[in-house]
Amino acid sequence: MIKVEDIYKKFDGLEVLRGTSFEVAKGEILALIGVSGHGKSVILKHVVGLIKPDRGRIYIDGKNISNLPRDELEDLRSRFGFLFQGGALFSSLTVFDNVAFPLREKTKWNDQKIRERVLTVLDQVGLKGAEDRYPAQLSGGMIKRTALARALVRDPEIMLFDEPTTGLDPVIAHTILDLIKSIHESLRFTGIIVSHELSRVFQIAHKVAMLHGGKIWALGSPDEIISSEDPIVKQFITGSTEGPIRYH
Amino acid sequence: MIFVRKLGEAALVALRRTGQMGLFLAKAFIYAMTPPLKFSQILNQIRFIGFQSTFVILLTGAFSGMVLGLQGYYTLNRFGSAALLGPMVALSLIRELGPVLSALMVTGRAGSAMTAEIGIMRITEQIDAIELIGVNPFRYLIVPKLLAGIIALPLLTAIFDVVGIFGGYLIGGKLLGVGKGTYFGEMANYVDMEDVLGGIYKSLSFGVLITWICCYKGYHAGFGAEGVSKATTQAVVLSSVLILFWDYIMTSLLF
Repeated sequence: MIKVEDIYKKFDGLEVLRGTSFEVAKGEILALIGVSGHGKSVILKHVVGLIKPDRGRIYIDGKNISNLPRDELEDLRSRFGFLFQGGALFSSLTVFDNVAFPLREKTKWNDQKIRERVLTVLDQVGLKGAEDRYPAQLSGGMIKRTALARALVRDPEIMLFDEPTTGLDPVIAHTILDLIKSIHESLRFTGIIVSHELSRVFQIAHKVAMLHGGKIWALGSPDEIISSEDPIVKQFITGSTEGPIRYH
Repeated sequence: MIFVRKLGEAALVALRRTGQMGLFLAKAFIYAMTPPLKFSQILNQIRFIGFQSTFVILLTGAFSGMVLGLQGYYTLNRFGSAALLGPMVALSLIRELGPVLSALMVTGRAGSAMTAEIGIMRITEQIDAIELIGVNPFRYLIVPKLLAGIIALPLLTAIFDVVGIFGGYLIGGKLLGVGKGTYFGEMANYVDMEDVLGGIYKSLSFGVLITWICCYKGYHAGFGAEGVSKATTQAVVLSSVLILFWDYIMTSLLF
């Protein structure tokens, strides 16, 4: 369903991606792991067409999105849900209006139907009663859950999660990952999840890809990655400060 | 040699940015002329750029007119032409000061806020979120501001002119003794439709200029709070300079 083929990307002369390739099958969740600042979020933005690769192709259902015209790309994006690292909630809108935004803009539903759908999703993410609050009045966990509700409100076929638990306390982080797991069980979406909560993410993901040096360094089932003898994978999984991964 | 290379690089960067800005405006106009338009967003922006700027326009209009009345009276009186105070105040306001000062006030009040708002939306990925929902951010964010600027600026300029003319009368007429009939009668004799239209054309173009520069700078804001503050400063400075530059060009073409 998602195929990333040999993509290269440079920012201001710095080569971030150097021939990254991987595939995610329909209904499958891929965990994308790797050292911070090495291009995981950049890959997610390539998959939804927010960033165009310097070289290489990205296919969604066999369609190369790198050269799609704008209107076709907009249609394709209505099949996506994207959970941004910082939530990216519209600061001038309430929680209700944030979640209702995709429905108001992209469907012809009446107000009653929109209201019912928004309240159902908010209930699903545990935000019943917070509809009238503004993003500035929410905690970090509530922001992530509102963003998750907005991403899910149109029942997307493909979900991309960019560090959904960063900056949250362990209990809320686990709650959100459990929520993603239970929603996947009911919706069966295809997903990519970027996260450093390795133990939990490995329970959700069907496959794990480790990005290192701008390429997919290791790819396999969670068990294969956990038992990998590759020194880079091993160091990253164990969080050891000794090893080939160097921080500058 | 290094100096020449650096100069060439700087020229290329400036050329590329100018091209990007031109494309930004062209894109905004193309979307503005093709449906669907977001009418509720346009009305909201007219309220923000237009209605909420009324108070500052009333104040600056009144004081500008009063100063013109005062200075104009003393100058004209030296030549025994105090009777021409009305036309002098009206022509100065309608042809130059009304459009220019209104535009500068709107830049300071609404333009800076526009840049900051869009800049914050850019750095917090709200614009990316709009795009990923399948909504065109140009249609949703930029076009309503552009159209609101085009609608609001001439109206604000008209208010500025009217208040300024009465401000001039308050000083020239009530305080310094120029008769009401003389002040307004001479004004009717000397002010042509061409003057009024010239002022309207200027304010229309300033409406485009302010929203264009301020939206562009916000849309391409750099990283973090520093990026937004830099973009806001650049937007206000560039808009203000371009308003004065464009005013000169328009004056030389129109009058």
